[in-house]
Amino acid sequence: MDMSASDPLVRANGLVVRRGGRVILDELTFDVARGRITGLLGPSGCGKTTLMRTLVGVQTIAAGQVTLLGLPAGHPKLRARIGYATQESAVYSDLTLIENLRYFGTVLGLRKRQLAEVITATVGELDLTGLEGRVVGTFSGGQLARVGLAVALLGNPDLLVLDEPTVGLDPVLRRDLWAMFHRLAAAGTALLVSSHVMDEAARCDYLLFMRDGRFLAEATPAEVLRRTGTTDLEAAFLSLAASSPAGQREGAGR
Amino acid sequence: MTGEAAISWTLTRATARRVVAQLRHDPRTIVMMLAVPTVLMILLRYVLDNPLALDRFAPEYIGVFPFVIMFMVAAITTQRERARGTLERLMAMPLGKLDLLAGYAIAFGLFACFQITVVMVVSLTWLGVTLPGSAAPMAVVAVLDAILGMSLGLFASAFARSEFQAVQFMPAFVLPQTLLCGLVVPRDHMTAVLRGLSDVLPLSYAVDAMQRISSSASWTAAISADVAVIVAFTVAALIIGALTLRRRTR
Repeated sequence: MDMSASDPLVRANGLVVRRGGRVILDELTFDVARGRITGLLGPSGCGKTTLMRTLVGVQTIAAGQVTLLGLPAGHPKLRARIGYATQESAVYSDLTLIENLRYFGTVLGLRKRQLAEVITATVGELDLTGLEGRVVGTFSGGQLARVGLAVALLGNPDLLVLDEPTVGLDPVLRRDLWAMFHRLAAAGTALLVSSHVMDEAARCDYLLFMRDGRFLAEATPAEVLRRTGTTDLEAAFLSLAASSPAGQREGAGR
Repeated sequence: MTGEAAISWTLTRATARRVVAQLRHDPRTIVMMLAVPTVLMILLRYVLDNPLALDRFAPEYIGVFPFVIMFMVAAITTQRERARGTLERLMAMPLGKLDLLAGYAIAFGLFACFQITVVMVVSLTWLGVTLPGSAAPMAVVAVLDAILGMSLGLFASAFARSEFQAVQFMPAFVLPQTLLCGLVVPRDHMTAVLRGLSDVLPLSYAVDAMQRISSSASWTAAISADVAVIVAFTVAALIIGALTLRRRTR
């Protein structure tokens, strides 16, 4: 593990994933740097979740390499260092909030006092204080999404992989969560956040625009705007999609 | 596969506690798990309505009812864990597959002990079932049968793509075994093919052990042999269950 702090945390080279004979990720090469929010933007079904599952190590790779902290994706040593929040929150709906957090915290290696302190801090950070004793199945959609995030944050991970974390949340909460993501990035965490809503792209430090398993662009938001000569990222995405090989094929077909 | 063979006591215990907590939040399931075998025994008592027949058949059913219930509960619980994404979350975390399965085995094993205590106390007192020897061998075999049912349920759930399929594994995996295990027709009276089939099914050994317990005043070598087969099936189902539990999907 010859890694310096300035090296990107994730390095992917020629990553290909196939599922049921279909190419889902088509030779992707990218980095996810420490200390910044990398946004993975694209329409639903474009391969965002598969890319995230690959980094977390639960998706088989057909070709190419993916390393995190110098280790291949899915290496047992990485499991405690990556926080992953899926779209469907993936917690036990028949347990209380505190029971969920205690179990996942224990699995992540936290014990006794430290476990209790981390849980209190995380619950406060996600504005879930007062709900500790309630069964998670009775939570609202927004609360449930935050429980999933809380579990992802518990292990104080080096990399946070968040799959559409702000879907369906009210604007105030969304603003607070993005503020928290920026605080975590400032503290050195690498974040990969997916979204299909273009107005969230502007909140990221770096963008991976994705469509049909390929990247349309990999750059900072300012760079994307400059390159496409547009003033908002939605227009930039449309312009990039139209000039991509797939976009041109679609255009010719019409 | 590095580290997969290791088992962590802390994580196994945490998993067992979590499963118990889930059941605790669902009192109706607990009541059903504890009461159903007993209610079925009461029913059997009145269906047979003959003390001699009851003495003969009751032990076999005490071995079969908890087996069936534990199979269902385990198959559905694990299927739920897959469907809700918690299994994938755990597989992305530093939890060993054996920690997970052993945690389940301990939690359900604990419930099996309560379940069997209730059904045995009611059967041996109120229903008047008499055994030639002490009740201890029967309790041991019944608990092992329940744990066998649980591990087969965990194993079967690996092949279920939905909760609906998991429910149907009960009739598909369990009912053929109840027909072939000697409960309905003595195994000696079966044709060679059916007898051969019954020889490779685990429930046959559970029922065989119970038949021997109901006809012998002491623990015999034949009971030990049956128990060894039951334990071997349980361990094999848990190990195959761990192997079929994949961290990665294709």
